Amino acid sequence: MSPLAALLVRDMRIAVRVGGGAFMGVLFFLVVVTLVPFALGPDLALLKRIGPAILWLAALLANLLALDRLFAADHEDGSLDLVLMSRAPLEIVVAVKGVAHWLSTGLPLIIAAPLIGLLLNLDARGDTTLVLTLLVGTPALTFIGLIGAAIAVALRRGGLLLAVLVLPLTVPVLIFGVAAANAALAGPVTFGTPFVILCALSLASLVVGPFAAAAALRQELE
Amino acid sequence: MALSDLANPSRFLSVANRAIPWLGGVTVVAFAFGLDLAMGAPDDYQQGATVKIMFLHVPSAWLGMLAWGVMSVAALGTLVWRHPLADVAAKAAAPIGAAFTLLCLVTGSLWGRPEWGTYWVWDARLTSELVLLLLYLGVIALWRTVEDPSRAARAAAILTLVGAIDLPIIKFSVDWWNTLHQSASVFRMGGPTIYPTILIPLLVMTLAFTLLFVTLHVAAMRNEILRRRVRTLRLMQASAVS
Repeated sequence: MSPLAALLVRDMRIAVRVGGGAFMGVLFFLVVVTLVPFALGPDLALLKRIGPAILWLAALLANLLALDRLFAADHEDGSLDLVLMSRAPLEIVVAVKGVAHWLSTGLPLIIAAPLIGLLLNLDARGDTTLVLTLLVGTPALTFIGLIGAAIAVALRRGGLLLAVLVLPLTVPVLIFGVAAANAALAGPVTFGTPFVILCALSLASLVVGPFAAAAALRQELE
Repeated sequence: MALSDLANPSRFLSVANRAIPWLGGVTVVAFAFGLDLAMGAPDDYQQGATVKIMFLHVPSAWLGMLAWGVMSVAALGTLVWRHPLADVAAKAAAPIGAAFTLLCLVTGSLWGRPEWGTYWVWDARLTSELVLLLLYLGVIALWRTVEDPSRAARAAAILTLVGAIDLPIIKFSVDWWNTLHQSASVFRMGGPTIYPTILIPLLVMTLAFTLLFVTLHVAAMRNEILRRRVRTLRLMQASAVS
């Protein structure tokens, strides 16, 4: 097994075992969505209108949950130093860790989203487009978050700072994700335009995220 | 004297100490001239005297962007050349940029109250300015979280450069977002082109604000260098005692 595949398998194993954060994200997602009707009242028409926005916000916050431990846990037990000294390029290593994070927190959210969408009175068409936008958009959230996780790796209040640094940068993803999800329900624009821009944002963050995060890790840990 | 000579912190300090009174003087003259022109400018036929808020509002918005540009250039200096003076320049620019962004938001909402009937609308320009302020505050928070100044500088440099890539995207996406939710009172700069009677005071005021920024930035850089020297002296003193 190549070192990168081994790293992916290791990260996935850690995520699903006791103490890992894989299912915590889905649970958090469900709790946030459940709280919304308590705050707004059980008006199904209103919930249907704002449903995609709520699910996107919940996905954004759930994605942040496990991020602060992404590099910090490896930094504490020393395995990050081994990774830094290995021959594999750090950018690729960081990207692999991002993929593992997305598989363990992003993908379960996407699988759970249609069911949770039912709670918010989304119909089949709305559910399908919502899942599509989350599938395309959550990698962007993860890879933008990687940068914050790398900057905050050795900090004591890393988690709080991470949210402050990362959330403003995710504004475009949120705008186009919700715009695409809403376009299918009712909207002046077609689904295609925001969806394609969302794809572009994801692809751009796939490139920028690992490079910036790797640079930050090198600077922090030398 | 070459520009690279300035990169020596001691040389920078002596040049800064000599330059700051002159820069301050020129700034005051430019402000006197600009404010006089601004007060003499005719009122707008629709907005009346409130149009004069523009002479503070537009230059503040410009400085909010200029400061991020200065920070981005300094960030390159930090990451590529590892130069301590670049760290100092980046650190000194962040609070100034945040202050002018806040000033832009405050003057904007004071202007918005009589013109639109509300202090705040979720208009594209306002919203992207608010996100810019949040990014400034994030950078300042990062500077205040990391104890070691050179490590903080490198972390902040990466965040600054990522922000420099993301800021145009945020601006563009917020513009798009606003066209989707057409609000009742959208601010439009278009319409009649700005008359020279207003444009010339505006340009002079922008120049005065830019001079103010340069003065404040050089002074803040000088203070930061001195602060770092005090810190080093304290560390030496502490290690000598123990």
